Amino acid sequence: MTLVRTSLDRRNFLKSSAMAGGGLIIGFSWLAGCESAREDAAHIPDEWFDINAYLKISTSGAVTIRSPNPEFGQNVKTSMPMILAEELDIDWQSVIVEQAPFNTAMFDRQFTGGSQGIRRAWPALRMAGAAARQMLREAAAQAWQVPVAEITTQAGKLHHAASGNSAGYGVMASAAAGIAVPQEVELKQVRDFGIIGSSRRNVEGENIVTGRPLFAADFNREGMLIAMVVHAPAFGMTLKSVDDSAARQMPGIRDVFTIRTLEHDYARNGFDVDAFPDLVAVVGETTWQVMNARQALQIEWQAFADHMQTWDARGTPQQRLVPAGLENTTDHARQLRAAVAAPATERRRDGDPEAAFSRAAVVIERSYSAPFLAHNPMEPISCFAHVTADKAELAGPIQAPELIEQTLAARLRMPIENIDIRMTRMGGGFGRRAYGHYLVEAALISQRANAPVKLLYTREDDMTFGVYRPMYRASYRAALDANNNLIAFHVKAGGIPSSPLGNSANRFPAGAVENFLAEQWEIESNITTGAFRAPGSNFMASAEQSFLDEVAEAAGKDPIEFRLELLRRAKENPVGTNNDYEADRYAGVLELVREKSGWGQETADVHRGVSAYFCHNTYVAHVLDMALEDGRPSVQRVCCAIDCGIVINPDAATNMAEGAIVDGVGNALYGSMTFKDGVPERNNFNNYRMIRMREAPKAIDVHFVHNEIDPTGLGEPPFPPTFAAVANALYKATGKRYYDQPYLGDQRTT
Amino acid sequence: MPLFNLKINGSRHTVDVDPGTPLLWALRDHLELVGTKYGCGIAQCGACTVHVDGAATRACAMPVSAVGERAVTTIEGLSANGDHPVQRAWLQHDVAQCGYCQAGQIMTAAALLNTNPQPSDAEIESAMNGNICRCGTYLRIKAAIRTAAGSA
Ligand code: FES
Ligand code: FES
Repeated sequence: MTLVRTSLDRRNFLKSSAMAGGGLIIGFSWLAGCESAREDAAHIPDEWFDINAYLKISTSGAVTIRSPNPEFGQNVKTSMPMILAEELDIDWQSVIVEQAPFNTAMFDRQFTGGSQGIRRAWPALRMAGAAARQMLREAAAQAWQVPVAEITTQAGKLHHAASGNSAGYGVMASAAAGIAVPQEVELKQVRDFGIIGSSRRNVEGENIVTGRPLFAADFNREGMLIAMVVHAPAFGMTLKSVDDSAARQMPGIRDVFTIRTLEHDYARNGFDVDAFPDLVAVVGETTWQVMNARQALQIEWQAFADHMQTWDARGTPQQRLVPAGLENTTDHARQLRAAVAAPATERRRDGDPEAAFSRAAVVIERSYSAPFLAHNPMEPISCFAHVTADKAELAGPIQAPELIEQTLAARLRMPIENIDIRMTRMGGGFGRRAYGHYLVEAALISQRANAPVKLLYTREDDMTFGVYRPMYRASYRAALDANNNLIAFHVKAGGIPSSPLGNSANRFPAGAVENFLAEQWEIESNITTGAFRAPGSNFMASAEQSFLDEVAEAAGKDPIEFRLELLRRAKENPVGTNNDYEADRYAGVLELVREKSGWGQETADVHRGVSAYFCHNTYVAHVLDMALEDGRPSVQRVCCAIDCGIVINPDAATNMAEGAIVDGVGNALYGSMTFKDGVPERNNFNNYRMIRMREAPKAIDVHFVHNEIDPTGLGEPPFPPTFAAVANALYKATGKRYYDQPYLGDQRTT
Repeated sequence: MPLFNLKINGSRHTVDVDPGTPLLWALRDHLELVGTKYGCGIAQCGACTVHVDGAATRACAMPVSAVGERAVTTIEGLSANGDHPVQRAWLQHDVAQCGYCQAGQIMTAAALLNTNPQPSDAEIESAMNGNICRCGTYLRIKAAIRTAAGSA
């Protein structure tokens, strides 16, 4: 039996009240359950006690949860009701999920990023569901005058076997609202789960296959106008002048004006993007009219000079340089190569790496690179806004409304309470939708046009606006002694404009090697970048896991066995104390993938690569089978083992892993954004190569480790290890090592 | 602007637009049929796929003036109750992730099965290669098409 407390230090995670017209409401805190920190009550931030989600049981028995979590394809609208229904003992399909509007006092702190959606929801939903069930049982016990312990529940009904009494939850809901929230609630045992762990279909499936309006681009409102913006054609450029006389004369055009997304001295947060602060906005009646009018604009752009930008560094304004220049990918590549040899910032050191390298029998030294990437979510950026004198209403696909509301408030000169952000379903995100500049743009346009507007980006606008995955390069050195033991490891990783090492300096193989050094460096740029599916990790995994393959080969060891040996070392006799992974679980996915893939038993025409990585609290290992078809590499199968704790909805989890693997194969082989004189050289799907059905793996087998650990993320972790699985398999297929992404170049051959 | 009388999902609709307006925008902006999506505007992604006289057609690349008397079917008109075999197969395989590409995928798949009720894997790949799914649901799309072919 697992008991959890519903309060701490007289502060409550749950609050109950009666519904108007009858029924029970349990308000709960979305952040309630970060177990690890709970032991130390003093350090729990106050907002963990903010009631920001609720569960309603009406007198008809209808169950609604209002969640502060947006949906971008990860199926949380299905998994969340499953978790709740499990503890509440109801049919999960009878649970209605409402998306909480962003800005009311009750619902704040919304962020689905870093694969945290389910991780956060898990303890909170379980606690709320279990508390409601307990209160309903107590209400029934009082009504029937029987001991509460004798009341059982099943599929939304309360039963008392001895007296033969039974009632639906709805009947007892109002009475339950009068019962105090229990101080402790009992959670189900994992082995008793009936809903969690069984596959359920996406609740939006029907709406999707029938084409119902679900996305911001589908939004409509009486009197709504269409808006588009034109941004500078190149990074490093800004607006000089606009001649809109011809555009204004075109049919359906209501207005043309310029907007500035951020005031120059505004203290930007990490999610404010303004490579292109000055935009020309065209507002008209229909999309096609606005698209045509854009063509008729005569705009002059000019290169900007070096300038400082104000950033909000945790409350303190900080000045950062935005370098002038029209940058080129060929120069970037040269800068990256030069930086590899230059001094860097140390992030971790164990032992005496230099001494170990000098006494090594063999030193292996390699370096790896990856290009800028555009997110290219299938739904280009779009956002609805209606701003009036005292109120702003927005509806858009935004991953983190709280990251843009400050900016909106400052820019509209309006209190935050008057800004209402409704989150629409996201047509893909991959990190792009954490950067809500388009909400600000839509709002400014609506304010100026004095009308509700829907801002639409064309694919070209979307792809050339920035917020790319940074360009990276990492160099590695490994030292083997005469017995082929790995005695030293050195990683030095950097990028334009940020290093991929991020928070991974203490990850494997740190902790498994006596002498270890991790360093990072960065190169300034005016090209704007941001989070991209498993930020940093997506590159670190590709480089490190390719390198380890080569080191294993040099040591004459099987690549899986080589990794397991290191993990045994990290487990039994770890180097350093701050090792950010559990060696057992890491080894667990490698062992599972070895077994499930039939490692070592492949036929001669199959070329196999292995790769494993840990990020976002989840462990993943892949074995990828490559074949050559008419000399062209073709991915036949990916066998994948995942340890993400308890799997709530296995089929949905499998779908997500499949998607991340396909994305990884696509970006490893083809993904790339390049620049010439500041101009993004790819602007649509005719020149940015996306993986298509023919190039996707022919089969993907996903296997989960079964354990009773609280669920962790799944949207991102299978992505990073895919790259090196591709590279290592390509090596087996072609005899050639692949160091630079995209491995097969980015031009279409099919 | 000229008037165009279009046959869409079995009924007649008149739109008053510039002749060069792509069918996609006539559907989305003028007829409130927003199931057909914009993804690229240059016939490279398939998000906007509709049927024109039964053939899968990129609505972003077909001007309204070129439609003429031909019958247009959009995702909203593919079946009365969302029960076209392809739609049913899509639900059975729980294909969608974000869902944005799926109307186009379904329309391309339905057109394929109309002309080729038992496609091989290679034929499926070649018919579907013009439809991008950024979420990477290709394996499920392929499986759903096989299921729909079996049940048709
Ligand atoms: S929008 Fe028509 S094919 Fe992409
Ligand atoms: S399901 Fe998201 S693009 Fe296909």
